Amino acid sequence: MRGIALRVEGLTKRFGGLLVLDDLTFSVMEGEILSVIGPNGAGKTTLFNCITGIHRPDSGRIILGGDGRDITGLKPHEIARMGIARTFQNIRLFWGMTVLENVMVARHSLNTYGILDSILFLPRFLREERRVLERSMEILEIVGLSGVADEIAGNLPYGDRKKLEIARALATEPKMLLLDEPTAGMNPVETSDAMSIIERLRRDFGITILLIEHDMNVVMGISDRIVVLDYGKKIAEGRPEEVREDPRVLEAYLGKAVELKKEHVKGT
Amino acid sequence: MNWVGIIRRFWAFALAISIPLIFLFLSSFGILGFDYLLHIAILCGIYVILSVSLDIIVGMAGLLNLGHVAFYAIGAYITALLSLHFGMNFFISALISAAASGICGLLLGIPALRLRGDYLAIVTLGFGEILRITLNNWDSLTNGPRGLTGIRHPSIGGFVIERPLHFYYLVLLLVAVSIALYWRIERTRMGRALVAIREDEIAAASVGIDVTKLKLFAFWIGASLAGLAGSFFASWTGFVSPDSFTFMESVLILCMVVLGGMGNVLGVCVGAIVLSSLPEILREFRDYRMLFFGLLLIVMLAFRPEGIVKSKRRAMELKRG
Repeated sequence: MRGIALRVEGLTKRFGGLLVLDDLTFSVMEGEILSVIGPNGAGKTTLFNCITGIHRPDSGRIILGGDGRDITGLKPHEIARMGIARTFQNIRLFWGMTVLENVMVARHSLNTYGILDSILFLPRFLREERRVLERSMEILEIVGLSGVADEIAGNLPYGDRKKLEIARALATEPKMLLLDEPTAGMNPVETSDAMSIIERLRRDFGITILLIEHDMNVVMGISDRIVVLDYGKKIAEGRPEEVREDPRVLEAYLGKAVELKKEHVKGT
Repeated sequence: MNWVGIIRRFWAFALAISIPLIFLFLSSFGILGFDYLLHIAILCGIYVILSVSLDIIVGMAGLLNLGHVAFYAIGAYITALLSLHFGMNFFISALISAAASGICGLLLGIPALRLRGDYLAIVTLGFGEILRITLNNWDSLTNGPRGLTGIRHPSIGGFVIERPLHFYYLVLLLVAVSIALYWRIERTRMGRALVAIREDEIAAASVGIDVTKLKLFAFWIGASLAGLAGSFFASWTGFVSPDSFTFMESVLILCMVVLGGMGNVLGVCVGAIVLSSLPEILREFRDYRMLFFGLLLIVMLAFRPEGIVKSKRRAMELKRG
């Protein structure tokens, strides 16, 4: 039996009077691909922002599996250092840096050398920098961007930008990856490409994946389980085939079936 | 680091070292006012150090600092006081001054770096002014607006550095140290992280970069270098007074950075040399100096916002807005 990678307990987040996350509870198991779906404004990205420390939840807890550590309210960089990496819905790359530098910079906190090591070219500096370069190239290889390593990130086509963001997240050597709409705006070829990368991350590197996605083919295709949100509440959870049939999910997505009454039709 | 780069840098320094010798040769025939030229060159050297140090804060980390002159002043006054009260050697007091300025940078940074953009600019501006006013009024320590005189010249063993040529080579050494430090930061994880913070703080934090700590690092290094420049200034002129550390000095250093090309050390050096030697060359028009600088800055920002020497990365950021 696999252990729990991350547990969200009673998570609530308000923006002013708006209740964006409402007492949300679920668990992510180690090594699974869990998708979070729901209509626009359901609170999916806010959930990600709460987990990664960008927002502080109003109540509830976020607990790491394994040692059961409570990571609620930690700063973003502290959470990243605990092995939770993410991508952003509206891609946030370092646009003026090269593709390679974008990945290298993400290995910042994995290294220990200081300014003195660098000035004096001490062995620690040389060793660690060489390792950063090697590992960054390996990671670019994984997502298929090693050919454009020296290109400025801002010059990349859209699909490659999304891949580079995944590469940058991978460079922090995460145990868990939060992907916010990784295939949004991609054409079918790019989408299937991205899907195979995501599956490979789980298969070859054992990374747990939490996925926000709107493309139902992607969601149904690669998820082990799905959590459905609507107005910040969890309305369903389960395997793809269960969720697909769930009446509450259909209602949230398609609206409630309304019986037309005669008086409504009359006179039109 | 590649060979082409090393040769290019070597040439710049070889020129800087040899040009004064050529002038010295010419001036021995009474052709040129050599000491005056060296005076300008030394001034340029001080501003190069100041601009490079400010560029670590503004160019690399993207933090607008309008009170950089405060760190310069701290370095100058500490060297002056150590020299007057303890007769301390420049080379020791320079290290102490740099360290003290660095600590002041940290002390200012810890509360101020919680603020962003314009607010940080206002706090640093205020810090610079508070310091200047303090220097002006703390008569018992700083001798107020009359300033401190009689600061010892630097000496190594029995050799006292007095002649402009010696000062020129000393400042050149300090310039080399500053630029080397800049390069070493730029090419390491700290430099990469600082650029990442400048481009996107949230994304930088999301890959495990401690944003506050790195900003403090930039402030610390920048302030220390400015302190070093101040220390040299004090022992060169032998005199410090609050007049040398006005808000306009901060603005001037910032202009050098912006004009030369933020985030590009070569550009920043060019900016510093141009803006610090122009007023000397155009002495007759010195009343219009600020007017001219303002105009130059407007023209530059309108037509070439990347600065004189273009940095590829910066150009990309500006293009994307």
